[in-house]
Amino acid sequence: MASELMNVTANALVWISSTLDAPTRAVFFGVPIDGHLVVEVLLVVVILFQLTRKSYKPPKKPLSEKEIDELCDDWVPEPLTPQISEEMIVEPPTLESAAGPHAIVDGKEVVNFASANYLGLIGNENITDSCVGALEKYGVGSCGPRGFYGTIDVHLDCETKIAKFLGTPDSILYSYGISTIFSVIPAFCKKGDIIVADEGVHWAVQNGLYLSRSTVVYFKHNDMKSLEATLEKVTSRSKHPEKVRRYIVAEAIYQNSGQIAPLDEIVKLKEKYLFRIILDESHSFGVLGNSGRGLAEYCGVPIEKIDIITAGMGNALATDGGFCTGSMRVVDHQRLSSSGYVFSASLPPYLASAAIAAVNYLEANSSVLSDLRANIATLLNELSNVPGLVVTSHSLSPIIFLKLKKSTGSDKTDMHLLDSIANQVLKEDSVLIVTTKRSNLDKCPLPIGLRLFVSASHSEADLLKAAASLKRVASLVLS
Amino acid sequence: MVRLPYLTALTTLLSYGILFVFGQLRDLFRKLLDSSKSNNLQGYAPICLGLEDFYTRRLYLRIQDCFGRPISSAPDAWFDVVERYSNDNNKTLQRTEKTSKCLNLGSYNYLGFAAADEYCTPRVIETLKEYSVSTCSVRVDGGTTKLHNELEELVARFVGKPAAILFGMGYVTNSAIIPALVSKGSLIISDSLNHNSIVNGARGSGATVRVFQHNSPSHLEDLLREQIAHGQPRTHRPWKKIVVIIEGIYSMEGELCNLPEIIAVCKKYKVYTYLDEAHSIGAVGKTGKGVCELLGVDPTDVDIMMGTFTKSFGSCGGYIAASKEIIQHLKRTCPAHLYATSMSPPAVQQVISALQVILGEDGTNRGAKKLAQIRENSNFFRSELQKMGFEVLGDNDSPVMPIMLYNPAKIPAFSRECLNQNVAVVTVAFPATPLLLARARICISAAHTREDLIKGLEVISKVGDLVGIKYFPVEPLKPQKVRELKKLE
Repeated sequence: MASELMNVTANALVWISSTLDAPTRAVFFGVPIDGHLVVEVLLVVVILFQLTRKSYKPPKKPLSEKEIDELCDDWVPEPLTPQISEEMIVEPPTLESAAGPHAIVDGKEVVNFASANYLGLIGNENITDSCVGALEKYGVGSCGPRGFYGTIDVHLDCETKIAKFLGTPDSILYSYGISTIFSVIPAFCKKGDIIVADEGVHWAVQNGLYLSRSTVVYFKHNDMKSLEATLEKVTSRSKHPEKVRRYIVAEAIYQNSGQIAPLDEIVKLKEKYLFRIILDESHSFGVLGNSGRGLAEYCGVPIEKIDIITAGMGNALATDGGFCTGSMRVVDHQRLSSSGYVFSASLPPYLASAAIAAVNYLEANSSVLSDLRANIATLLNELSNVPGLVVTSHSLSPIIFLKLKKSTGSDKTDMHLLDSIANQVLKEDSVLIVTTKRSNLDKCPLPIGLRLFVSASHSEADLLKAAASLKRVASLVLS
Repeated sequence: MVRLPYLTALTTLLSYGILFVFGQLRDLFRKLLDSSKSNNLQGYAPICLGLEDFYTRRLYLRIQDCFGRPISSAPDAWFDVVERYSNDNNKTLQRTEKTSKCLNLGSYNYLGFAAADEYCTPRVIETLKEYSVSTCSVRVDGGTTKLHNELEELVARFVGKPAAILFGMGYVTNSAIIPALVSKGSLIISDSLNHNSIVNGARGSGATVRVFQHNSPSHLEDLLREQIAHGQPRTHRPWKKIVVIIEGIYSMEGELCNLPEIIAVCKKYKVYTYLDEAHSIGAVGKTGKGVCELLGVDPTDVDIMMGTFTKSFGSCGGYIAASKEIIQHLKRTCPAHLYATSMSPPAVQQVISALQVILGEDGTNRGAKKLAQIRENSNFFRSELQKMGFEVLGDNDSPVMPIMLYNPAKIPAFSRECLNQNVAVVTVAFPATPLLLARARICISAAHTREDLIKGLEVISKVGDLVGIKYFPVEPLKPQKVRELKKLE
């Protein structure tokens, strides 16, 4: 069997080779046709045949009009806003007088610790007079953006005044406090830039960081070691230091915790790793430093080392709006590329003249700063032994922050406890203090608590009353 | 819509091309000559790299004196423009003490409340003395005063909605409300010519954003059908909610939006609508209630109505008017309500007084007179400009009228010539408008008298002849007018 198979295969092979090696059978147009040429031509024909056949693809059928109609009819949208139960609606206290240290809330007189009126400028005669003059001359609104006849001479005077007060070349005014920081950050930071920010910054800064589309890395709240480690990590990864802009974003006095940023250490780190600083001085302008010039004066850092300083004027200066200052290049750049400046109406002129009057007052009466510091020290002393609450803000911060010594575990119950403390303090002892309110869009991880805003015009009796009331109510509620 | 003639497009492109080439040459010279100067950046990346600020440095700075002109009086019908001079070819501008009184055709002063008003200003000063300049506090802490509550009720009543909420700045109203309403998984469809604040708010919300052709309900319908049928990108899950954002009057076009058709499309597809009436509230409509009144749309059909107080009420700030549930939700979640200083009490009082004048609740009919005056003024001005041969955009009854300039050289020419003849106009170019479609924008006010408007028309006509922007043929005098003239002779 095997030998027969072998014979058959041997014969077949001999036949194949003879066909392939057969001598030229024909000459076709001068080309001798060998046997192997036929096989090759057949192979080429088969290949061409396969190539020209359509490959199998499942047919793509777009949705027909009827199907789209059905889908549109079936779709059910969510309600625009979720349902809110009656108990969740809380009305804030309504003021019926100016928000000075003594205000009238819902018909009775209270001691007001809810206004960031640090220098006691609410109700100041000079400011009121300058505003009345401005209102009679310019009306209320400015009716236009800065580029289109909305620039009034008081705006230019205010910008020069603030720049001279701080010692910078120029400054730029914005028409609203929180729009300052979330317009400044996207004007300087673009996609591809690197920002290292503190995790406890408030919502406006977070919004600015999000809108800038840069890479944002957070470091632990007010922790310089964490900042250094983050800077080290970020610079070791980055490839083009000359083409990528790098910023550190911090607040001078953090609104969410009352801590003060150690500016001298931050400046040392910034110079070592070649970053620029954006510092938000909303609560420290007019508060820190011997003459109220802010965190740079307090830490002894020359103002030229801080690249961009922004501040809202709704706190110490008792007016509204904001400003940003820095070198000429920094300020000029914002005049065309900062969206909150270019696309919005300018600050009402009476608020700008109030700002000028407030800065003049601060220059002339720097004793008000020592009054403020004395008040903060007194109140901190009194509040050091409140049962159940602990003070976590810095000793010089005009925002005194108290948080629960032992959290109940859930934010909601914590909030409930703090709200009841604040309500009882208001109802029974007529002292207005506030709890931290957080929007659900805010990503700040810091704990909530009670806040008291101390003013230079609070009397000692006010401070003692507030401390006594808080101690009494806290022992009732938190026992 | 603007029809750009071919010849004008060619000449405009040629002008921009020449400016671009010159700008690049100057950049090249600067690099060659200044590279020796010490670069004190020392390892830092510059604030603007390469071509990022090319437009600012080489094109905008040349005509910088046409923008940002300071004034030293109230922005009323006539105001004082401060003169400026430059020693270094427009790179920096210095103020002088001299001012010139000019006709104001640029400020947003639709009802004439910009200057001190006989009813509003005494009340504002009283409020200033009682409540002082600012409350230094946010609305939820200690910044809500009686006035804020009163104004919210008044605005809700005026607009025709159950409730309203106030903010201290119009820009922040849009940027902070849109993220509170929509988030990831929702769709925002906005008009292609929407304002920067809406664009910022939409980007900040994290939702998907799609744009539909300006004022085109058919394109909106096509886009809606496609989006609802396909769902979210990549996962194809159904959208959580869809919001369409449109404006009442588009400030760069002067056009009214096509509100009835767009609302009909939105109702058919169960989509929410957000109407931004920054320029139209108080300025259009028989009693000043905005585009809804003018175009006959019921306010209950629009889910959210937003507006600002800067333009028609002579104050500052913005509002949102919607149903009670939406306003309650916003009061609990909107960041601008929880973190921003509350609106300044004198500004609140100004809006309350202005609204009382408009509604006639101050006991006079000044409000009705102002509304009739602005309508008459806008229609008169627009028809006269069109008769003179200018290319004017915008619909009838809209107080905003852009005049097309196109060519970049005509922008400073028009602006400076008009200022020499004591008429202050606003010229707008890239990036607020498309590159080839530069324009001059006129804003009419109820404070303008007929003589003011005629003087303005004379000056614009003269300057228009000089600069060459009368793109349409001048309407010939009708035969009746010719007969009248002959009779006078």
